[in-house]
Amino acid sequence: MKKFLLSIVVIAGSVGYALYSSSNASASPAAAPTAAPSQTTNISIENTPTTSAPPAQPAPSPTVTPSPAPAPAASQGQYKDGTYTGSVANAYYGNVQVEAVISGGKIADVKFLQYPNTHMTSVYINSQAMPMLTEEALQVQSANVNTISGASETSRAFRESLANALAKA
Amino acid sequence: MRDTRLIMGMPVVFEVADAEATADDLEAVFAYLVSVDEQFSPYKDTSEVATMNRDGAHEPSKEMREVLAIAARTKEETRGFFDTTKPDGTFDPSGVVKGWAILNAANLLKERGRKNFFVDVGGDIQCAGVNAEGKPWTVGVRNPLGEGIVKVLAPGEHGVATSGTYVRGAHIYDPHTRAAPPRALLSLTVVAKDVLEADRYATAAFAMGADGLAFLQSVPGVEAYGISPAGTATMTSGFSAFVAP
Repeated sequence: MKKFLLSIVVIAGSVGYALYSSSNASASPAAAPTAAPSQTTNISIENTPTTSAPPAQPAPSPTVTPSPAPAPAASQGQYKDGTYTGSVANAYYGNVQVEAVISGGKIADVKFLQYPNTHMTSVYINSQAMPMLTEEALQVQSANVNTISGASETSRAFRESLANALAKA
Repeated sequence: MRDTRLIMGMPVVFEVADAEATADDLEAVFAYLVSVDEQFSPYKDTSEVATMNRDGAHEPSKEMREVLAIAARTKEETRGFFDTTKPDGTFDPSGVVKGWAILNAANLLKERGRKNFFVDVGGDIQCAGVNAEGKPWTVGVRNPLGEGIVKVLAPGEHGVATSGTYVRGAHIYDPHTRAAPPRALLSLTVVAKDVLEADRYATAAFAMGADGLAFLQSVPGVEAYGISPAGTATMTSGFSAFVAP
């Protein structure tokens, strides 16, 4: 699950770069399968990139204009094996700090050394309500909106700490 | 008329679409939010929260009593999932102050005669009326996995709040069944009658992991959209009513 989370952060970051920053898709082969220039992009686990070598397939998406923009740090290829601690990044409700474990050149694990506290004491589970919930695949959109709801602070802190850890790998 | 500032360490964005909106409207709201930060920031030595942590005999102000009452109600309604007492014993009401302050800011605008606006503090939003094009305000749900948005909402007169941390499931467990920890969500967006309701339910239910959605399904007037690390989203039965056409 930790690998999943990280991979998805990586792929979504790559997709985001391709869609919003006109970044060089060929410099970021991981982004290629989902970097179609459509308004909607399915996020799929099957497309999960790894950071392992070789970065074989060139981008099959000729519509993404190459530019000198650098690929996201996490897509740049192999890391050195080891355990790397990220910086402490401040989120509104507290600090976030991650530790990245690299094995075989890949991100094998990401642990949270610190995270905002949410004061948990017990759990309530309402099983009757479960069948009323519906699930859908996430679709990244580029629609214009008046404003955006999101927990940006913690996400930013997470990425900041992870980027710091990977910079050492 | 639209402006953005950084208050409480968060971007504050708001827009008033009324033709008669003035710069004074913006200043009044910003000044109010700055005053809330001065009074409730746990990071400011001069705040009332810091005073209460230093001095147990401190007599709470009218505003503090209001916040304490909301916190107590939220704790009860969420079966203890919401608590203003941190593990180290200090008092931190941040989890309800944000939604409460946004709602008060929105009411301040209404008192000034404004009908069409939104107030967004760090991604928690209260909408009213329509936007400058005369259409419903639209609110994007931020993609917690990367850039962009993954849903467009039209909350009408409702409030929207999103909780999202990378809290691990291991810290959440069912003390009754000792079942495996529920899967954590990456983010949980809640739409409710106002931003205070949305914020306190988003904060509490997020901490329940994936089970938070089932909990919110059982709360009347509250709808939610949770995003899992696997890239799927789960929504409550009435959520689609708030998705922009």
